[in-house]
Amino acid sequence: MKAQRLDDAKVADTKGSGKPRRKLGGLIIKGILFLCALVSILTTVGIVVSLVVQAWGFFVEVAPIDFLTGTRWSPILKPRSYGVLPLVAGTLLVTAVAAIVAIPIGLATAAFLSEYAPDKARRILKPILEVLAGIPTVVYGYFALTFVTPRIQDWLFPDMLVFNALSAGLVMGLMIVPMVSTLSEDAMLAVPRSLREAAYALGATRVEVSLRIVIPAALSGIVAAFIIGLSRAIGETMLVTIAAGATPKLTLNPLESIQTMTAYIVQVALGEAPRGSAEFNAIFAVGSLLFVMTLGMNLLGHWVVTRWRLKY
Amino acid sequence: MNDDSANGKYVLDAQGLHVWYGDFLALRDVNLKIERKKVTALIGPSGCGKSTLLRCFNRMNDLIAGARVEGKIHFNQDDLNSNDVDPTEIRSRIGMVFQKPNPFPKSIYDNVAFGLRINGYSGNVEEAVERSLRGAALWDEVKDRLNKGAQTLSGGQQQRLCIARALAVEPEVILMDEPASALDPVATLAIEELIRELANQVTIVIVTHNMQQAARVSDETAFLMVDENRSGYLVERGETNQIFTEPKDERTEAYITGRFS
Amino acid sequence: MAQKYAVFKRRKEARKLLGSAVYVVFLVAVLVSVMGLAVLLIDIITGGLPWFSWSLITNYPSRHPEQAGLWPALIGTLWLMGLTAAFSVPVGVGAAIYLEEYAAKNRLTALIEVNIANLAGVPSVVYGLLGAALFVQWMALERSVLAGALTMSLLILPIVILASREAIRAVPRAYREAAFALGATEWQVVSGVVLPSALPGILTGVILGMSRAIGEAAPMLVISGLLFVTFIPTSPMDKFTVLPLQIFNWVSRPQDEFQGLAAGGIMLLLAVLLSMNAIAVYVRNRRQVKSDE
Repeated sequence: MKAQRLDDAKVADTKGSGKPRRKLGGLIIKGILFLCALVSILTTVGIVVSLVVQAWGFFVEVAPIDFLTGTRWSPILKPRSYGVLPLVAGTLLVTAVAAIVAIPIGLATAAFLSEYAPDKARRILKPILEVLAGIPTVVYGYFALTFVTPRIQDWLFPDMLVFNALSAGLVMGLMIVPMVSTLSEDAMLAVPRSLREAAYALGATRVEVSLRIVIPAALSGIVAAFIIGLSRAIGETMLVTIAAGATPKLTLNPLESIQTMTAYIVQVALGEAPRGSAEFNAIFAVGSLLFVMTLGMNLLGHWVVTRWRLKY
Repeated sequence: MNDDSANGKYVLDAQGLHVWYGDFLALRDVNLKIERKKVTALIGPSGCGKSTLLRCFNRMNDLIAGARVEGKIHFNQDDLNSNDVDPTEIRSRIGMVFQKPNPFPKSIYDNVAFGLRINGYSGNVEEAVERSLRGAALWDEVKDRLNKGAQTLSGGQQQRLCIARALAVEPEVILMDEPASALDPVATLAIEELIRELANQVTIVIVTHNMQQAARVSDETAFLMVDENRSGYLVERGETNQIFTEPKDERTEAYITGRFS
Repeated sequence: MAQKYAVFKRRKEARKLLGSAVYVVFLVAVLVSVMGLAVLLIDIITGGLPWFSWSLITNYPSRHPEQAGLWPALIGTLWLMGLTAAFSVPVGVGAAIYLEEYAAKNRLTALIEVNIANLAGVPSVVYGLLGAALFVQWMALERSVLAGALTMSLLILPIVILASREAIRAVPRAYREAAFALGATEWQVVSGVVLPSALPGILTGVILGMSRAIGEAAPMLVISGLLFVTFIPTSPMDKFTVLPLQIFNWVSRPQDEFQGLAAGGIMLLLAVLLSMNAIAVYVRNRRQVKSDE
């Protein structure tokens, strides 16, 4: 910032005096601004380099194939085993529960906001969704652990463990509703008014216009919203660390305690694992996989929007 | 002859029609009858409320927040603006074609079949689709690619598809809001011929800013103007020939002869 | 039509019923989110209110719940926010200016844009890994506020850039042209005309980014670990903890008292966040009113 101000002063000084210096000042400013923009590229490079370099230390000890296909994750207890599938399964289990909550609710909320809600209702609902989206994930974790889990134990499954995939998934669903609904609503609002009018002019009711015209026409954007929302769920950390447990397990039962990829990273970061050990470097291997998965989903979402976009 | 009966001379009859958008009076005190199985053109300078009037005839103004319609519009015997009239039913009996072709992002076939499906058509849908496409003079051009997306058609074809889509639900009236304004001259000509053709079966009300077009396609013409408060009102209505050759009102004559726009 | 080909069974009643049913389904879905938020807030307030006191704010953490507080975490959060703003605002706004005002439409620009969009989707814990490797280990900043702030800056950079770009884009062309017509240089136009009128929008984006940063626990956890901090940082190289970490620390203890403390801490955190949001909304609305005039 200081440097920029200096250049600003320089430009002001040379006002009217010499053009070359003025030009040089402009070039310097442009260069500084370009460097700012370059930081984003450097961040990506930094992420990839730090993940790869650190994970390298892990993969010299553990073969990548064993990491990716192994079904037992036991980095501390002997016999040690670094099969990542239980962590992936835990992540996907929580994400699946979240999807069951967030996809219908997000889609219905989007359809309600875009097709039904009068201005007044929108003005109330949009800020509520914004607040929901802005709540820190550690708060959602507290909510899942201290409210949702006891209620489920009281009312539905008394045998459910304190740490379980179900409550974490349910609350995570609530957490990503704003993202799914906002992106879906954007897609629906992009459907031109003229299409709705054409359907109404044929005698369609509001629900027929919503379900048979608007949602199909906005489908690419809606699918992308689902994908991006779920990619957020996969990368979510604090909620699952607090509420889903620390038991790497290959299971489909959401009542069990599991461990997600992100929760494992946190567990090691909290622990005493010495830097440079395989156990410590394993978090970078898991982090690399997480990065690849979320990046892949985000790119897929982007691809779906651009490739499938219907011309109106 | 009883003009108000179902088979009377007039299919639509607006009496004392006012339209507001919020506080703005868009259309004031319009009294206009639409003859059955004739083409009626609504002409007038821009902002005179032609489209607003057109959208009163199938309750499309209901969809605009803040729009308010007062007055009566008899559709056969029923008052369109009465509270017990279901606007969706009215719209399935009074179809509409819009300024810009707006086919659904679906196949050609599904575009035409949409209205049939939602309105519970009990006959053979395939036959009805073919009949509607023939009715819109589009069948020969699309019969081999009914499952292709409607967006693959040219602009003129898309507009004829929209006409076929409207025809499919067998409306008594089709409202057309400047249907050729987004098309090239050749496609425009095709639409105009089609309008003349359709007048044998249905009543057509067409909004146009193109006076030659009004003269070419319509049997009746209604001329609207806009007053100093930007509210539209009806100046006169008559046989198209009469309006264009010997208008009763000097404002009509001034407009027709191009003394103002 | 002249000849009727077949009957339309309009099933008016059935369609109306379906319409109402779907409407109810939509409404219920909306209410689930609203109720979810309401229940969450009630749960936190009932759990936290008994523990929400002045000493919670001013005391140091303690093994004894009734004496425990989050003073170091609060100060740590302030340190982190201050340093994060100092890094991310100039870089973010600079990048936005470059992309909106200077960048040529070429491959590099397109790459930067796609890259920013993707960075916004990278999980925060991955930023933590970046920070742990790059800042903590390789740059030897250790588990310092500085390492945390640098990491957090990178994390919120996409938010700041996207919001600033939008704000800059909304500045009418005519303003720029008027200034250029007076013989101003590109930078004079940007600093004298574009930035002042884009300022409210940029500010909104900065607040949004900062409120994201204030609640982030995962990357800080990876960088700082879960310290039992009994001191407040006095330099950027000091160790630190932040509010969400202190809350996490308390949540993960089994005793009910610590859960209460966590809820109290959450109340403080949410109060800060909601006021930041309110400021952002206020700034945004004021700008809208202005441009409507």
